Amino acid sequence: MSERARMAVFGAGVLGFAAVLVWGLGGLPDFGDFAGRYGDYLAHTSVPQRHATSAISVTTFDFRGVDTLIEEFILFTAAVGVVALLRTGRERDDVAAEPESVRRPTAQSGSLGSVATALVGPGLVLGINVVLHGHLTPGGGFQGGVVLMSAFLLIYLGGCHIRLGRLRPLAAMEASEGVGAAGFALIGLGGLVIAGAYLENFLPFGRVGNLVSGGDIPLLNIAVGLEVMGALLVVLGEFLDQRLLMRKGEA
Amino acid sequence: MSFLPYGVAAWLFVIGLYGIVTSRNLVHLIICLAVVQSSTYVLLLAVGYRSGGTAAIFADISTSKVTVDPIVATLTLTDVVVEATVVALLLALAVQAHRRFGTLDPNEMGALRG
Repeated sequence: MSERARMAVFGAGVLGFAAVLVWGLGGLPDFGDFAGRYGDYLAHTSVPQRHATSAISVTTFDFRGVDTLIEEFILFTAAVGVVALLRTGRERDDVAAEPESVRRPTAQSGSLGSVATALVGPGLVLGINVVLHGHLTPGGGFQGGVVLMSAFLLIYLGGCHIRLGRLRPLAAMEASEGVGAAGFALIGLGGLVIAGAYLENFLPFGRVGNLVSGGDIPLLNIAVGLEVMGALLVVLGEFLDQRLLMRKGEA
Repeated sequence: MSFLPYGVAAWLFVIGLYGIVTSRNLVHLIICLAVVQSSTYVLLLAVGYRSGGTAAIFADISTSKVTVDPIVATLTLTDVVVEATVVALLLALAVQAHRRFGTLDPNEMGALRG
């Protein structure tokens, strides 16, 4: 299709779409006048019923817990899919996903190296803090997992390969991803066995506002944090390897 | 003014679509798709907003205060996760396409080896 014909089709389509959209949006309540009683109910029962102050975390991990379980598996499956896509066709190049012998620095800039290294520690602390306080303040496993992932990426940006003793980092991240996903499902099973329903809270709720409160919500947050951090690091690790491969091809 | 957030959502959606249609690079196309998806965040959060409402987090406010809808906030969280996974998968596919066709221009891909 020529450029012109394509723009004509797009123009016609977008005009029709805009008309339907305006019609649809016109039926919505005015901005600021939303009257959903269900959300109100959840917001005002999460503290008395679950002893956790973040109604959003309570909704995510308790009232909509099964949804979040599936969401977590979407992330898990997608990470596996990315790995599968990027690794196929690589056996031809005969390069391992993680070159063992190549240990040359990943970056040359000294200032970048020092800034990145200095930020690793605070990044890790912030990430853990966001994960652990997910049921009290804004944050939680998803957000904290992303912060943790960035802290690990800073090590790479600082010019070193991540070293975890004898453990290969990529394998460790895959393990973290798997443990997180399985942990969430197992905590749900615990609810089924002890409290009688899948993902039902089976731990004591504790005092409102304490770090240990909200029943199993903090545990679910930790599981999700591990999963998100692992999945994103596996995906980004694969992309970074890809770039190294391409560079090798150009050389 | 009360329709401005909905207008922003619609604008993001359409401008993202325009980017997808005119794109000459798969990576650019994927980012445009992310723009389309970000319109759904704006729409969701705009739908759940309540005048004078605060975030539904009661760490330092009374539980009787008016808050915005926590359900749309969780839905947006799901939305963000889905977008991240979609973008990651599409980028991996773009890498594969580049490996196979030697180009990232979607126009040339079909013409070369259909």
